[in-house]
Parts: sequence; structure tokens; C-alpha cells
Amino acid sequence: MMRLFQSLIPASALVVLLTACGSGESNVESGNREGYLHYGNGAEPQGLDPQVVTGVPENHIVRALFEGLAVKNPKTLEPEPGVAERWEISEDGTVYTFYINPEAKWSNGEAMTASDYVWSWNRALHPDTGSLYAYMLYPIKNSEAYSKREITDFNEVGVKALDDQTLQVTLNAPTPYFLQLMDHYSSFAVHPETLLKYGKMTDRFTPWTRVGSIVSNGPFTLEEWSLNRRIIIKKSEHYWDRDNVALNGVYFYPTENVVSEERMFRAEQLHYTAVVPLDKIPDYRTRENSPYVQSPYLGTYYYLVNTDRPPVDNVLVRQALSYALDRDKLTRTVLQDTAIAAYSITPPDTLGYNPPKLFSYDPSKARDLLAAAGYPNGEGWPGLEIIYNTQEAHRKIAVAVQQMWKKELNIDITIANQEWKVYLNSVSQREFQVARRGWIGDYVDPNNFLDLFITDGGNNNTGYANDIYDEIILERAPKAKTREARYSLFTEAETMMMNDMPIIPIYTYTSKHLIHPSVEGIYPNLMDSLNLKYVTLHPGRRLDMGSN
Amino acid sequence: MSTQDIASLVEAEEGASLWNDAWLRLKKNRAAVTGGVVLVVMVVLVLLTPWIAPYSYEAQNLDLGATPPSAAHWLGTDIFGRDLLTQILYGGRISLAVGFIATAVALVIGVTWGAVAGYVGGRVDELMMRFVDILYALPFMIFIILLMVVFGRNILLLFLAIGAVEWLTMARIMRTQVQSLRQQEFVEAAVSLGLAPAAIIFRHIIPNAIGPIIVYTTLTIPSVMLLEAFLSFLGLGIQPPQTSWGLLISYGAETMEEYPWLLIFPGAALTITLFSLNFLGDGLRDALDVRGSKD
Amino acid sequence: MVRFILWRLLQAIPVIFVVITATFFLVRSAPGGPFDSEKAVLPEVKRALEAQYKLDLPLHEQYFAYLGDLGNGDLGPSFKYPGRSVNEILGSGLPVTAELGLYALTFALFVGVLAGVFAALKPNTRQDFIPMGMAMIGICMPSFLLGPLLVLVFGIYLDWLPIAGWGDLPGDKILPSITLGSAYAAYIARLSRAGMLEILSQDYIRTARAKGLPEWQVVTQHALRGGLIPVIAFLGPAFAGLLAGSFVVETIFQIPGLGRFYVQAAFNRDYTMILGTTVFLSTLIVFFNLISDVIAAWLNPRLRAQFKGGA
Repeated sequence: MMRLFQSLIPASALVVLLTACGSGESNVESGNREGYLHYGNGAEPQGLDPQVVTGVPENHIVRALFEGLAVKNPKTLEPEPGVAERWEISEDGTVYTFYINPEAKWSNGEAMTASDYVWSWNRALHPDTGSLYAYMLYPIKNSEAYSKREITDFNEVGVKALDDQTLQVTLNAPTPYFLQLMDHYSSFAVHPETLLKYGKMTDRFTPWTRVGSIVSNGPFTLEEWSLNRRIIIKKSEHYWDRDNVALNGVYFYPTENVVSEERMFRAEQLHYTAVVPLDKIPDYRTRENSPYVQSPYLGTYYYLVNTDRPPVDNVLVRQALSYALDRDKLTRTVLQDTAIAAYSITPPDTLGYNPPKLFSYDPSKARDLLAAAGYPNGEGWPGLEIIYNTQEAHRKIAVAVQQMWKKELNIDITIANQEWKVYLNSVSQREFQVARRGWIGDYVDPNNFLDLFITDGGNNNTGYANDIYDEIILERAPKAKTREARYSLFTEAETMMMNDMPIIPIYTYTSKHLIHPSVEGIYPNLMDSLNLKYVTLHPGRRLDMGSN
Repeated sequence: MSTQDIASLVEAEEGASLWNDAWLRLKKNRAAVTGGVVLVVMVVLVLLTPWIAPYSYEAQNLDLGATPPSAAHWLGTDIFGRDLLTQILYGGRISLAVGFIATAVALVIGVTWGAVAGYVGGRVDELMMRFVDILYALPFMIFIILLMVVFGRNILLLFLAIGAVEWLTMARIMRTQVQSLRQQEFVEAAVSLGLAPAAIIFRHIIPNAIGPIIVYTTLTIPSVMLLEAFLSFLGLGIQPPQTSWGLLISYGAETMEEYPWLLIFPGAALTITLFSLNFLGDGLRDALDVRGSKD
Repeated sequence: MVRFILWRLLQAIPVIFVVITATFFLVRSAPGGPFDSEKAVLPEVKRALEAQYKLDLPLHEQYFAYLGDLGNGDLGPSFKYPGRSVNEILGSGLPVTAELGLYALTFALFVGVLAGVFAALKPNTRQDFIPMGMAMIGICMPSFLLGPLLVLVFGIYLDWLPIAGWGDLPGDKILPSITLGSAYAAYIARLSRAGMLEILSQDYIRTARAKGLPEWQVVTQHALRGGLIPVIAFLGPAFAGLLAGSFVVETIFQIPGLGRFYVQAAFNRDYTMILGTTVFLSTLIVFFNLISDVIAAWLNPRLRAQFKGGA
């Protein structure tokens, strides 16, 4: 009996061995041979309908299947021709004329037309569609009114097909970042006949994006979509620039678990990871030919302060809290040098704009401010709670910040994590004192960060209200004649806002990836923007994982 | 004297000697005694934690970061430079409290519910067990989110939430046991003596089903401790910088390759406790085994 | 017996109905809605979305509409994944999770019962302590720890098995099945040891031994039957729990199963998805609890007599 049991262990080990042996070629090897990239995409996309989806995992796939009028160059982020082979901008900067490339085709071989855009933007803006990114097209004349059902005739909106090849767009005001918006998926064209085959123009949930149904216009076409398993895309036969597409296709994996993703990369199951676990980074950095790539990212991590709740309704308290934070130490230790200390909302060098730096780490000044606010050495302090949504990275920051404030200011701080939707609810109902928040830019322009804090703005959430600030952001800056004039107005507004301190900036994000040495053509940039058509694979290059 | 009084007298006497016998048998079981001693030491240690912990549990040294065990920090430090030994001691307070109290809640509800259903039988049994089925099927996650919203953060609530979830399986196991015991001669004898159902359940049936109860209890304690970590992670329960073994283990699991000590020591604390509980539980089971004691 | 089963199936209808109703209203009372996102949703957009999904109707009308659709077997569209119906998502995830669960449970039963029975045969010896010690470690080891640990050893250090995937690479089903099954194996080992000890001390076993039957016959023909009753009682909910509990394993190993949807639907407030998975799961639970009750009754001679007399 005993013997039987003892023989069981080696027997089961043997079974494991037999089935395991010859696990064979890795994904990277077979991918390099066949020209397929294996891409860790972070999550299952909600969908592939450009006017419906939001979010980063969707972005990468949708931008491989579809293409905008103008696309960002992955190295410089400057606009370059996409569906439009060229464009003209009127003298006053309010009329854009796009000339559609005659070679631009849908994946069913039909030619693309300017009226496809008129139809698609009608869909994006239509009040029944409920597109979360409708506001990306609000720079277009009358579009906001149409979206809010104030006007019902789409002909009044500033989009016109002059002929099949020519699209004319009229804006409310010169919008320096307008061409960037043409590379955002909410402005992509969809194929009208295909959508209408499955339902109305404004329907969100028809199955038109499925394999076999979807018609798209990008460098790749949809080949397989297995829910929560993988999405495979294949090089398109009809894409206008197909000769310059090197890859035969891409496998996207919904790699939700970051630890598993990194291990898949190590075992050469992936060419590219969506993120890198923080604790693995120091080790990767020390490697020669490190696959670890980090670059500044257009996003700011900050704490929202509810300016209506004591004790943080007092500006001196808010300033004291901000002065007491040693952001350099935080980014160096807890964040392993994967973030840059931030002292304002706009990330540094946002298209040449640099935010003002009005304060620094100064604990004695912080204590003075707190005393001036009526809490000398923390006496009489009523307590303060930081909320954050459940996530390891937010917990780490909150734990470190809590201790810094306790230590420097001798005040009681509690922290509380909340489930994601509960947290969103608390923030939007303003049921918090201090709440963690991050903002990732939709396009590279200071406006995208500064218009967060206009009075009653949907993403303001702090109760901050300042008429002069609103006037600069909404009225004066859009009318500025030169970039210098516009940026100096932004500086004025940002300085005003940061003195009032409705937020406590903490750090500027970076993007972090592991990229297999056989992959070329992925360039680090502020938007973490990747154009898969430029990616090439070079078989034979091995991942050097060192002796560890 | 009525027959009922006689019966209870007999019962009381038998009960006393039963407990004495059980205690004697338990004392002879070396594994159980060791387990018990270790548990007592654990409890004493966590009770004394505020006085014996080598460091403050929230004091950080960010520049130090995670370091392996050393003379200054016997079990190393975590990424905030906090002493791990201190964290484990404070974490033990939460984990042991949750483990024992929530399990006790589950035990009381589950055993009573299962025993009543199994003993009474018929329509009452059906209603009670269908109620258990319904609770099994409700989406747990939504239940937790609602609890959190309605009652806010509260450690007592955590015990209740966990107890309210864990008693279901206990009730099912208990009911099956009772159904089979109910038909046995000694229960039928008690019924014919005219003992009240409550007395029969608590004096005759539950002591005879003590084996599976103890085993399932020792199984419930670890799952309760781990559930606590999950709930705290969701925002119900304890908040940082407070910690528990479950939380320490889940943080440690994330960095098992870089900082293995952050996983090994909290894991060892949990494992040692569970082994001790288990040996003690088995010892108790053997000691209380009514049938085993007859020969 | 047939009457008993039919009667229990009849009881399932109100059970599932109560579960659906309770879930429907519980879910709606949770804070946050399916369309809340980190970037503020414009009020006009939110109204349009609610209209598209008929969330603008009074709650009781939505409830009756849902029941009506459910009667036609339609679980509605998913809110989180536009363009996918809940039926479709369940249909794609179920076979995967069922397969995973089946392997895991087979592994758990095989290892657990074997270890438990051997341990019970020679209590308080090495033959008892070694498998039971392993079972204890198995219980302490949550799958969020065991999974990554197995991957590290077999996937990275030894490079024998794939890190993740399901049916993509040869051998990628082994580690997830073991990870999911081992906690159950540990429970089953403990329960079957206890059950066997209980039975082995009973008179009829002693009689069988006294008659000179070989030990293995005593075990297989007499003791196992009663000794496994606690295991059977545990198995019903365990199987259903296996499906719900496969979430962690599915996430670690990137398995396209149902467990991920079951848990994430709650976080996403994907109302139809939560209800769909709950309807499905409650049916499973009722069904498996019934099966385990029937088997327990069949294994227990005393209870069997009860059934002959009807429900």
C-alpha cells in the first residue's frame, strides 16, 4: 500500500515530463520566421468600432485596422499623410481642406470617399450614438450644438464633401492640434454600407466589427478574434501603402496579469509587453542590450483636493501638503526611477510648452504654512483621508505620501482604497477630501490639461472655480495669434491655478515596455504611439537574459 | 422524577466524564500538545506586539527599501524600508482575530442551521436548504461592494461578511451528518425518552458529528484568512498601513523572484499556525471521538 | 428516488427566480453605473447610452422586460463589450472553463481521495503525516501564489511547460489544471481522511475485517462508500465554486474562460453580464447540489431507506 503511494509521485512527475518534452519552437521564433509580431496588449478590447471604443488596448488594434486622414510620425509625432495625401489650411487657420489619396481603399477594394467621412463624423457626433469621444470633434463648427441636439441638421456642421476626393472642414477657431485629432480613432471613417447592413447608423452594438463582416481601411485586416484569447490581424491587400508594410500580421494577447506578461516575454512567448512590473525594472536596467525601454509619457499623476471640505478648503493647508512632499525621493525609491517629479499639471515639454515650477520640497516652509493655517505642529488637526482605487501602484504611492505628511507635519492621515466604480462615484459626487487621479493626454497640447480645471468642468472634481482662469482658457487662448502668445496665456493661467493648488501634482508618467531585440521600428514617444506598419522583424537575434 | 430528568442526569454525568477522558487523551497526543503550545505562543506574541515589536509598524525608510534579513532587521525589510518582523507581528493580530472570530461565526450559524435542517427534516429542511442554495448563487462580489457602501469600512463588518459566506458549506456538511446520525439507535433512544429536540441536537447529535466539524473548521480558518486579504484588497476591511498575513503574502507573491523573504516569512507564519491548528484539531477529534472511546 | 429528483427540480424554479430577482435589484443599487469612466462622460452622451440600452425606463419595467427576454433564452447585450451578447460570451467561455474545471477536479479527486484514504489507514504514522502535511500546504497556498510559483519552476527555470495560454502550445493545460485543482485536492484529502476514520471504527467494518477480508477489499467494498460522504457533500458546491473560483487561474494563465467574466462583470457593473452569469451559476449550483445529495443518499444505506418511502 505504502509502496503504491510512494511510486505515485515519480509516476505523476513522469507524466508531466512526457507531455512537456519538446515544447518546441517559441512564439518569437515562429513569429520571426513567418513575419508575425506577438504583442502583449494588456486587456481584451471592449470592441473594435472606432466611434464606440475608448481606452488604450482598443487604440492599438483599431489604429492597425483603420487609418486616419493624417497620421502621427512615430519618431517626431508630426502629422504625415494617411488617407489624405495632402491638405491645405486657410490663412486664418479655421478651414482645412483634405485631399483624399485616390489609392486609399477599403479592405473590400472600394475606393474611399470624402462622403464616407461626412457620414462617419455624423455618426460620431450624433446625439443618439453616445460616443464618449464625441468631444474630440468639437473644434468643428456647430458640432457641439449638433451633439447636444441644439441643431438637428448635420449640414450646418462644418464638414463638407466638395467632391469624392475633397473634404472641407471648418473650425470654430484656429486649433493648432486639429491635425493630431485626425489620428485619434474617434475621427476615423467607417464603411457606411457595412454598418447599415447590420443596423442604424447610430447603433452601438451591432456585430459589424466581426471577422468576415468588418470592412476597414488600415494597413491590416482582422483575421481572428477569440474573446479573451487573442486577436490576429493580417497585412491588407488593399492598403494604399502596402508595399511599405513589413509585417505579415500581428497576434494581440489580452495580457491582464503583468507578472505573467513579463514571464511570457522571458520565455519568448511575446515580442512586446504592454507594461513592465516595477520590481523587475532595476534588474532589466543592468542588462547589456536591455530589452527594457522607458520614455516620458504625456500624463500626470496627481491628488485631487476637494476645495469645499475642511481642512483642505484652506489654501494654506493645500500648499503645506504640497511643500511637505518629497517627490524626488518618492520617484527615486517607490517608483524605481520610472517617473519624473511633477510640480504642475501639464507635463514638461508638451509641444514646446513648459509648465511653471512654483514650489519645491521644503518641510520647514510646509510647517510654517500649516501653522499659519491654524494648525501649529499639527495641533487641532481634524484628520484627512486619501482615497484611491484598488491597485497596487496607487497603494504604494498613498502609503508613502501618508507617511511623509505624518512625519513632516505631525498630522493624522488615513488612507482608503475603493473598488473602481465606487471610487469613480466618490470622485464625481465629490465625496472625498483628497483623491488619487491621473490624466493622460488625448493629444499633445497644454490645452488638453489646462481645460480640466475650468469651472464645473466634468473632470475638474475639485470645486475649483476661477473666472479669470476660465476666460483665458476658453476665450483668450483660442484666439491668440501666435504660439508664443498662446503659451504665455497658458503660463499665466497655470501659475494662477497652481497657486490656488486645487490639485497636488505628484509625478509625470513614463511608458515602459519590454521589446525583443528582433523587433525594430518601435520608437519611444510622448504618446506611446506605435504605428505597426513601420515595425520590422529580424530573425536570429536572441534575448539575453544574463546569468540570472 | 420524570424520565426526562433521569435522562438529563445520566447525560450530565456522562458528559463530565467524557470531557475528562477527552482531556486525558488529548494530553497524551504529542502532536496535538505541540500544536496547542505553538498556538498559545502565537496568540501571546501578537497580544504583546505593541510592547515587543522591534520597530514602529508604519515608520518608513524609503532610501533603505527592500533588504534581505540582517542583524538590524531579522526578517528583512519591505519596499518602504519597514521592518518585516514588525509587520508580521501586527499582521498576526488581524489574521488570527479574523481567522478565529469569522470562523466561529460561520461555525455557529452553519452547524446550527445544518443540524436543525437535518434533524427536523421535511418541509422545514427543504426551505432551509433552498435558502442556502440561494445564498450560494448570489454574486458574492456585488454583495461585498454593497456591504462596503452601506456600512462603510469596519473591521467587525469584515468578520460578519466572511462568516456570512463561509457558513454555507458547513451547513451542508452538518446536515448530511445529522441525517445519518438521526437514524441511529442512541438518538432514537433519546427521542423515545422524550428529550426536547434542541437537547437532542446539542447533546447527542453535534458531539457525534464533531469529527467533520473540527476538520472543516481547520479548513475554514486558512480560507478565511486569505479571504480577508482579498476583501481588504477590495476596500472592505483593513486599510494600509495596517496589514495582515494574507495581505503580506499577496504582496510577497508579486515579488517572489526579487524579494523572496517578503513571501517566505509571512507564508511561514501562516503555515506554522495552520499546522498547529491542524494537529490540535486532529487531536481534539480523536480525543472526543465517542465511538473510539468505547473500546 | 425519481420522485425525489423531480421534486427537487421543481424546487429549483423558485430558487432561481429568487436569485434572479435579488441579483437584479442588488446590482442596480450598487454605486456607479456601466458607463462611468475615468474621463467624465458628458451628460448628453450618458443619456444617449442609457437610451440605447433601455436604462432610461423605470426599474420595474426593465425588470419585467428582462424576465421576458430571459423566457426566450435571451440574456441581453453586454454593456462592457458592445456588439457581443451575453449568450455569446457565455457560450465562448463555458467550454474552456468546463474543461479546466473537469481536469482540475479529476486531479483533485484522484490525488485527494488517494492521499486521504492512505492516511486514514494508518493514522498518526508517517503514512498519515506526509500526505496530510502536503494537504495542509496545499490549503495554505492560494492559487495566486501557487500558479506563479509553478510557472516559475516549470515554465522559467526548467523550461518544460508554457507560461500561459490554453490550447495554443503543447502542454499549456497542465499547470492551470494543477493550480486550480490542488486547493480542492487538499480539502478532499482532509475530508476523506476524516470520513474514512469515522467509518473504519464502525462495527460493520470490524466485522468485515474479522471475517478475514483483505484490507483493500474492506476499503473498496465497504469503507469507501460511507467514508466519502463528507467529500460528496463538499463536491456539489465545490464544482460550482470551481467555475466561479477559476478567475484567478484564468487571469494568471491567460485562459479565455468564464471565470474572468464572472468577476469582472461585477467590477464593470455590466448588469446583463452579471445577471447572465448568475442565472447560469445558480442553475449549476442547484443542479450540482442535487447530484451530490443524490449520491450521498445512494452511498448511505440508512438514507436510502428514507427515499424508498418517497420524498
